[in-house]
Amino acid sequence: MKALLLALFSAAAFAAEALSGAVEKQPLNMSAITMFLIFVAATLGITYWAAKRTKTAKDFYTAGGGITGFQNGMAIAGDYMSAASFLGISALVYTKGYDGLIYSIGFLVGWPIILFMVAEQLRNLGKYTFADVASYRLRQTPIRTLAAFGSILTVVLYLIAQMVGAGKLIQLLFGLDYEVAVILVGVLMILYVTFGGMLATTWVQIIKAFLLLSGATFMAVAVMAHYNFNFESLFSTAVSMKDQAIMAPGKLVSDPVSAISLGIALMFGTAGLPHILMRFFTVSDAKEARKSVFYATGFIGYFYILTFIIGFGAIVMVFQNPHYLDLAKQATDGGAPILGGDNMAAIHLSHAVGGDFFLGFISAVAFATILAVVSGLTLAGASAISHDLYASVIRAGRVDGMMEMKVSKIATVVLGLVAIYLGIIFEKQNIAFMVGLAFAVAASANFPILFLSMFWSKLTTRGAFIGGMIGLSTAIILVILGPMVWAEIINGDALKAAVAAAKAAATASGASAGDIVKAGDVAKAAFIKQTAIFPYQYPALFSVAAAFVSIWFFSITDRSENSRKEEEAFEAQYIRSQTGIGAEGAIEH
Amino acid sequence: MKKEMVDAIKNDPDFIHLVKTRSSFAWTLTIIMLVIYFGFVLTIAFDPKLLGTPLSAGSVTTIGIPIGIGVIVSAFILTGIYVRRANGEFDELTAKIKSKVKGE
Repeated sequence: MKALLLALFSAAAFAAEALSGAVEKQPLNMSAITMFLIFVAATLGITYWAAKRTKTAKDFYTAGGGITGFQNGMAIAGDYMSAASFLGISALVYTKGYDGLIYSIGFLVGWPIILFMVAEQLRNLGKYTFADVASYRLRQTPIRTLAAFGSILTVVLYLIAQMVGAGKLIQLLFGLDYEVAVILVGVLMILYVTFGGMLATTWVQIIKAFLLLSGATFMAVAVMAHYNFNFESLFSTAVSMKDQAIMAPGKLVSDPVSAISLGIALMFGTAGLPHILMRFFTVSDAKEARKSVFYATGFIGYFYILTFIIGFGAIVMVFQNPHYLDLAKQATDGGAPILGGDNMAAIHLSHAVGGDFFLGFISAVAFATILAVVSGLTLAGASAISHDLYASVIRAGRVDGMMEMKVSKIATVVLGLVAIYLGIIFEKQNIAFMVGLAFAVAASANFPILFLSMFWSKLTTRGAFIGGMIGLSTAIILVILGPMVWAEIINGDALKAAVAAAKAAATASGASAGDIVKAGDVAKAAFIKQTAIFPYQYPALFSVAAAFVSIWFFSITDRSENSRKEEEAFEAQYIRSQTGIGAEGAIEH
Repeated sequence: MKKEMVDAIKNDPDFIHLVKTRSSFAWTLTIIMLVIYFGFVLTIAFDPKLLGTPLSAGSVTTIGIPIGIGVIVSAFILTGIYVRRANGEFDELTAKIKSKVKGE
């Protein structure tokens, strides 16, 4: 382990030295680098401590089941307060104002529903993964395979967003190549998870959540202090720099179908995220599971209020501030682009309110955030591979814990490498929307089978499998045919050409710089609307409905002997889910 | 779980009472949350200008700001209400059911 620590330090030191060949014109920030190294050292220390306590598969997957409700609430909040949330939502507030608040509210309201509907039942029924619950009285092979596939897909989509954030952040902080930054995150994450399992992942998450909440609180308070804690004067300054439109809903929710669809994706998606669901197995009983959600909701809600203030703070302190202006980009594209792109708004604001030292702190925390979230995701993905696919499907349960844990560690390494590769490919995507895609898949495949398995006695294997597949594929197909993938990525070159043509036409007619940008935006919107085969950005309304209807249909028409047995087994499962009777065995040490 | 135990718990008046009150409580809170959230986003979808109404004449702050923050706070309060009752009343009932099972 010591050798490992040394190797990491030299890798990080090498990273700092690589600045001579910097791609971004950021000066060497010693305080940032120092704090980053302290965090890495501390988390590796935790990993070392956790590694000694992680001996069984149960330790590896659930930290031995000994996490308290408060700790777990903090860890859940940590999982949720990802870099995509912190950087992406504050960037959304920074660019669109009120729309950022609407977006973040959607992310929060899933939590009460999780508490009321699934949290304690999940704790009472499950062991390591949500597939344990979904397949409780159904046939293992098809249901586990489907649940594992849904988990892995959700995890991979979410991972992409995190890796992109990591790459951009370190690029800006150290002046490192994007690829090098992504590889560094991938390697550190593999170390945390393979050696420290859930215990290390949870504590890294708790510490990071504390640091992030403290840092964000400081930023929000610093911004408000500038305006004597008067929101009206903060908002009026922001409006004078942009326009009144930032104080009202904009284009994020433009029609009722999109509004409902986004809401469903966020609510049911949260209740279908494997790395979140897995956290309910780390507490001892239903009471602690409930408390977890209560604390998590409080922390997350508080955090979103902070990101809203931070976004507005960035408008008044970063926007049009020559210090953060990307001159090269402005020369070609016009407008007032900031260094590193809009997702860096919160990072620049930290510099504006707290100087180099605080920039270093927030950068280190944001980096820690990515590492922590990526670790939790990878652990969830690896569990789906080792516990669901390997142990339950391939070996039909006939495998010892040590072997299962070994497979899990191998899966972690593989997932880490995949994450690095995908992080590099997806460099230019908007990371907040990327997470939205993960939610659509979670809402359409994972949630319906989980929910119905707990509450609907007539659910059968056939219904769950076929319906889950339909939900999953509908979500994927509609995302591919939708505006973001079909119009902006697959037809990306044509889109660029259309925007360039519109801008050239505006330039030729002697329009002002602002009008040229506007002409480009209009052309872009028109192109997307015309090109996208499926018109909505959020497919959840259609894909979740498709999943529920088809699960229902293929269950009630299932007349097999097997389906009768599955229905009979519901009573015992229901009693256990409601009272926890029989669950004690699953959580014994 | 054995069949006799399932039947015993299934017909236990305490179990029936627990499941009935808790599920109606959980559904009530769920519906309140859904109404608050979808009320909020559908207002935006159908009448985006409404939330852009200034809080008072001449102010830049719109009514959308306190309403949005209110939705966040309501989510937290609803979870608090549920946890309070579940960790008290519902857990006591559950303990009672469990002790009866052990006693038999």
